[in-house]
Amino acid sequence: MTDVLGLLLRAVFVENLALSFFLGMCTFLAVSKRVETAVGVGVAMIVVQTATVPINNLIYTNLLAPGALAWAGLGDVDLTFLSLIAFIGVIAAMVQVLEMTLEFHVPKLHRQLGIFLPLITVNCAILGGTLFMVERAYTFTESVVYGFGTGTGWALAIVMLAAIRERLKYSDIPDGLRGLGITFVVAGLMSLGFMAFSGIG
Amino acid sequence: MANQYWKTLTTPLIGENPITLQILGICSALAVTTALDTALVMAAAVTSVMALSGASVSLLRNYLPRSVRIIVQITIIASLVIIVDQILKAYAFEISKRLSVFVGLIITNCIVLGRAEGFAMHNGVAASVLDGIGNGLGYGVILVIVGSIREFLGNGSLLGYQILIPTSQGGGFEPLELMLLPPSAFFIIGGIIWLIRKRRPEQMELPEYRIQTGAEGPRP
Repeated sequence: MTDVLGLLLRAVFVENLALSFFLGMCTFLAVSKRVETAVGVGVAMIVVQTATVPINNLIYTNLLAPGALAWAGLGDVDLTFLSLIAFIGVIAAMVQVLEMTLEFHVPKLHRQLGIFLPLITVNCAILGGTLFMVERAYTFTESVVYGFGTGTGWALAIVMLAAIRERLKYSDIPDGLRGLGITFVVAGLMSLGFMAFSGIG
Repeated sequence: MANQYWKTLTTPLIGENPITLQILGICSALAVTTALDTALVMAAAVTSVMALSGASVSLLRNYLPRSVRIIVQITIIASLVIIVDQILKAYAFEISKRLSVFVGLIITNCIVLGRAEGFAMHNGVAASVLDGIGNGLGYGVILVIVGSIREFLGNGSLLGYQILIPTSQGGGFEPLELMLLPPSAFFIIGGIIWLIRKRRPEQMELPEYRIQTGAEGPRP
């Protein structure tokens, strides 16, 4: 149990995908102008990440990993080179399925998420989460926790950045730094703050 | 005509740099720049993927139905990235280990998809290849600048060659450890953006609010 909790904390804070691995930066910087939209994108991220990481884990361990096809009598086939294309396919399909399910059953949430759902397909934090899961050989349970944790951590970071940027609108920033420049500096300071968590072993 | 090609190739270098102006492909720009050699390899990988994807998407542009174009583009890009990944694993295994997941993440690097969608879908093959190379180089320039600053100040070396001797080995150089940590990449890119926009005021963003100066007097 403590292992699961530790992994969750590590995924949310210590190894925050946005602030210590710089994943999902494009969305992170581009849609963090207002807190409301940031919350929408954050929720979409948590949902998609919690679904895709475990699914990709199943696909990898049962179809792609070396020797994984032993159940079909093809023990010496190694399909790892196909993993990138399989993962991105799963992500695109998952986002599509999720969009249709939400539209049908929870139209209110679907309207709130709007354009952000399809955008998430090309968010590197999703693919990055999956690739880290493969690199560190997580089990199925661990991958569920890891997916949920990284999604939450990313959502937390973008909401915080959006809140800071809303305040920054009223401040007097040097002309050249206004907009993108100051956002980078703010993200850097936030990342410095998150580094304090790295002491939690 | 040749002039126009030259412009397609050179405008993304500073004028329309993918990182500092178009906000594309920032993830990997920050993550692989702790050393100059990884930055160079990454820049070369992205440039070649972009040139090839530009060519393939541009060749297919008249046959692609609009509704499935994104899927097709992603599949093309993913296949190209797999090729690059396999080549790196075969010929530069040590560096490909250090780049870890970031080679795979070229697939979702928004520069590649952004240029495929925004340029290659509407232009001929030659122009698309040049646009891909130009944007790849524009991305590479930022990567190399950030990578050199971080490796030089963080380690005192460039491309692995020790230039300044750190105090721990009896030299007079105190390594700036912050440079090897994630936050410094944000600060350096923020600074580069500031410099570029200082020189090219047309890139500045308009303020949403103006602080009122005393001279203007109170609003009626």
